[in-house]
Amino acid sequence: MKKSVFFGVLTAAGLVAGASAAATLDDVKARGTLNCGVTTGLTGFAAPDANGEWQGFDVAVCRAVAAAILSDPTAVEFVPTTGQTRFTALAAGEIDMLARNTTWTFSRDTDLKFDFTGINYYDGQGFIVPSALGVSSAKELDGATICIQTGTTTELNLADYFRTNNISYEPVPIETNAEGQQQYLAGACDAYTTDASGLAATRASFENPGDHIILPEIISKEPLGPLVRHGDSEWGDIVRWTLNALIAAEELGITSANVAEMSSAPGDNPEINRLLGTEGDLGAMIGLDAEWAKRAIMAEGNYGEIFEKNIGETTPIGLARGLNAQWQDGGLLYAPPFR
Amino acid sequence: MADVSGPPKESFRLSQLIYDSRYRSLTIQVVATFLLTAAIVWLGMNLVENLNRLGRGFDLGFLWQRAGYDISQTLIPYTSESTHGRAVLVGMLNTLLVAFLGCILATIIGVIAGVLRLSNNWIVSRLMAVYVEGFRNVPLLLWLLLIFAVLTEATPEPREFRPDENGVAAYSMFLGDSMAFTARGTLIPAPVWEPGSGVLVVIFIASIIGAFVWRRHALRQLYQFGRVVPILWPVLGILILPTLIGFFLLGRPISLEYPVLGRFNFSGGATISNAFMALWLGLSLYTGAFIAEIVRAGILAVSKGQTEAAYALGLRPRRTLSLVVLPQALRVIIPPLISQFLNLTKNSSLAIAVTYPDIRATLGGTAITTTGKELEGLLLMGLFFLALSFLISGVMNFYNSRVKLKER
Repeated sequence: MKKSVFFGVLTAAGLVAGASAAATLDDVKARGTLNCGVTTGLTGFAAPDANGEWQGFDVAVCRAVAAAILSDPTAVEFVPTTGQTRFTALAAGEIDMLARNTTWTFSRDTDLKFDFTGINYYDGQGFIVPSALGVSSAKELDGATICIQTGTTTELNLADYFRTNNISYEPVPIETNAEGQQQYLAGACDAYTTDASGLAATRASFENPGDHIILPEIISKEPLGPLVRHGDSEWGDIVRWTLNALIAAEELGITSANVAEMSSAPGDNPEINRLLGTEGDLGAMIGLDAEWAKRAIMAEGNYGEIFEKNIGETTPIGLARGLNAQWQDGGLLYAPPFR
Repeated sequence: MADVSGPPKESFRLSQLIYDSRYRSLTIQVVATFLLTAAIVWLGMNLVENLNRLGRGFDLGFLWQRAGYDISQTLIPYTSESTHGRAVLVGMLNTLLVAFLGCILATIIGVIAGVLRLSNNWIVSRLMAVYVEGFRNVPLLLWLLLIFAVLTEATPEPREFRPDENGVAAYSMFLGDSMAFTARGTLIPAPVWEPGSGVLVVIFIASIIGAFVWRRHALRQLYQFGRVVPILWPVLGILILPTLIGFFLLGRPISLEYPVLGRFNFSGGATISNAFMALWLGLSLYTGAFIAEIVRAGILAVSKGQTEAAYALGLRPRRTLSLVVLPQALRVIIPPLISQFLNLTKNSSLAIAVTYPDIRATLGGTAITTTGKELEGLLLMGLFFLALSFLISGVMNFYNSRVKLKER
C-alpha cells in the first residue's frame, strides 16, 4: 500500500515535470533567453565574429524568434552542436529550437519526433576539390578519398551516389566543418562534400579560395530549416510563423529600415497591417503581443536582407538567391498568407 | 548462597536495530538496498515514461535495417548495403584491433621507459622522466590531435608523388619504391599469397614450435646438468632457415605487391591509415607513461638486498634484472597494469577525433543519429565496453594468479 503511494507520487511528479516541459514558450519567457542550437561554426550561417557575437543566416532566425517573444534579439543563448549531438540536444530539451543547416527528411520529422517549421534555405549536396586535381565532374572521383561529416544526410547521399554510379571512394569521417576544412586542406582527402552553401561558406574562409572549385553536380535535395520538438505545436507555430514573417516581409517590401514607420499607423495594404499588428490580433493567436512580427523584422531585417548580409553575392561567400528567391522572382520562397 | 539466575531472557526491542551493534549493520544494509532499488526503479520508470511520451519504445530492430553509410576501415566485408548490425560489428572489430595492438605497444614502451628511468645514466633517466611527465600530465585528446595533425600536415599528399612534366616529383617513395608516407596513411607492400604459400606457413609455424622445443631443451640442460647450451643463434636459425629454404624450393610462392600511384590515391599494397596510426601511437604513448611509473614502482618495491645478493653471486646487471628483479616486480606490476589496459581500451573511444571508425563512430555516431536510437545505441555501447573490460581483467587476473607469490 505504502509502496504504491510512494510510486504513485513519483509518477505524478514525473508527469507534472513532463507537462511543464511541454510548454516551451513559458519556459523561454521564464528563463528570459532562447536556447538556440547552431553549428559549431560555419561562416555566413552561424559563427562568432571578432567580438564573440554569433552572426549568420541561421543565427538571424534565432534572433528573430527571440525578438518576437522576448523583445530582445540578443536574448539568445547559442548552443553549438555537431551533426551527431544536435538531435540529442533538441530531444533532451537542452535547446528550444535548432537552426543548424538541418535537412528536412521524412524520418527526422516522424520517427525522430521533431517538427520542421519551414525551410529557410533550399540546398543540395556538392563537392569541392582543389583545381590542381584536374577534376571537372563528381563522376570522375572514382577512387578518391572524400571527407564527410558523420551523422548527416550527406553521409548517406554520398554512399548512395557512388554506389549507384558504380564508382568507389574512401570516406574520411569527420565531426565538424572546421575539422573537415583542416583535413581537406591538409590533403587527407581529395574532396570535401557537404551542402553546396556550406561549401561556398567554407571556401570563402580559405586562404586561396581560387585554388578550389565546387563541382557542378548537386547530388541531393537538402531543404534546410529550423526545427523544434514534436508535441508542442504552439511553440512550433511561433517558430514557423516568425520565419514566414521574415519571408513575407521581403515579399511585402517591409525592411528593417521602414518597419518602424510602416507599423506606426495602418497603411493601405491590409496584409502588412495584419502582419505588423496595426490591424487584427494575429499576435494573440500565437500567444504573443501585436508587435511580434515587427520586432522579428527589426532584429536583422527581412529574409532578403538577412540573405544579402550574411551569404549574399556581396559577401565573400557569394551565394546567388537561386532557388531561395521569392516565388515572384522564380524562387521557391512562398510564405502562406497572414490572415 | 547466592541466588543464581540464568542470563536475562533475550527480548527484542525495535531500538536495538539502531543501537545494537549486532543488528545495526544489517539495518543499514537493508535500508541502503531499499533506497538503491527505489532509485533504480524510479530512474527506470522515468525513462520508460519519457520514452512513451515521446512515442519511442525500446527497440533494437534498427540493427537489422540497412545502414546506408560507408566505413573507411573494415576488417570484415562491409558495404553501405549492409545492416547497422554489421556496421556495429565493423566498429567493434576496429576498437578491438586498436585496443589489442595498443596494449601490446604500451606495455613495451612502458617497460622500457620504466626501467630506463631508473638508469644510472643521468641523461637517459631525465629523458624518460620528461617523457613520462609530459604524457601523463597532458590530456590524451590533445596528444591524439597533435599526433594526427603532425601525421597529416607534415606529410605530402599522394599527388605530390606524381612526376611533373619534367619527370621530377616533389616527393618519392622509400626503400625501392615500396613504402610511402602520405597525408592519408603509410603505404607498405602487401604480401600476395600464391599456391604453395600454405605449405610455407605450415613450415613457419612448425619452426616456431621447434624454437620453443630447443629453448626448453637448452634450459633443461642448464638446470639439470649445468651445461650451457646456446639459445639465441640456434633459435634464430630454426626460425628463419627452413622457411627461407622452403621459400626458394617452392618457387617463391609469396610475393610482395607494391603500392602504385593511381588517379587519386595509391592503389595496391596495404595502407595503414593515419587515423589508426595516430590513435594507436597516442593511446600507447599515453598509457605507456603510466605503465612506466607502475614498472618503476614495481622494481623499486623489490628489496635492494635481492640485487646485492644477485651481484654477490656474480650475476651481471642485465641478468640480475631479468632473472631476479623483474620476476619479483611482476607481482606488484600486474594488478595496476590491468587497470591501465582497461583505461586504454576505454580511451580508444576518442577515435572519432582522429577520424578512426571505431564503435563510438559507427554505433554511437552515425547509427544513432540516422535512426534516433540514442538510448539503445548507448546502452549497447556500454555493454560492449563492460564485456570487453571484464574479458581483459579476466585474462589478466588469470595471468596474475600464475605469476603471483605461491604461498604454501
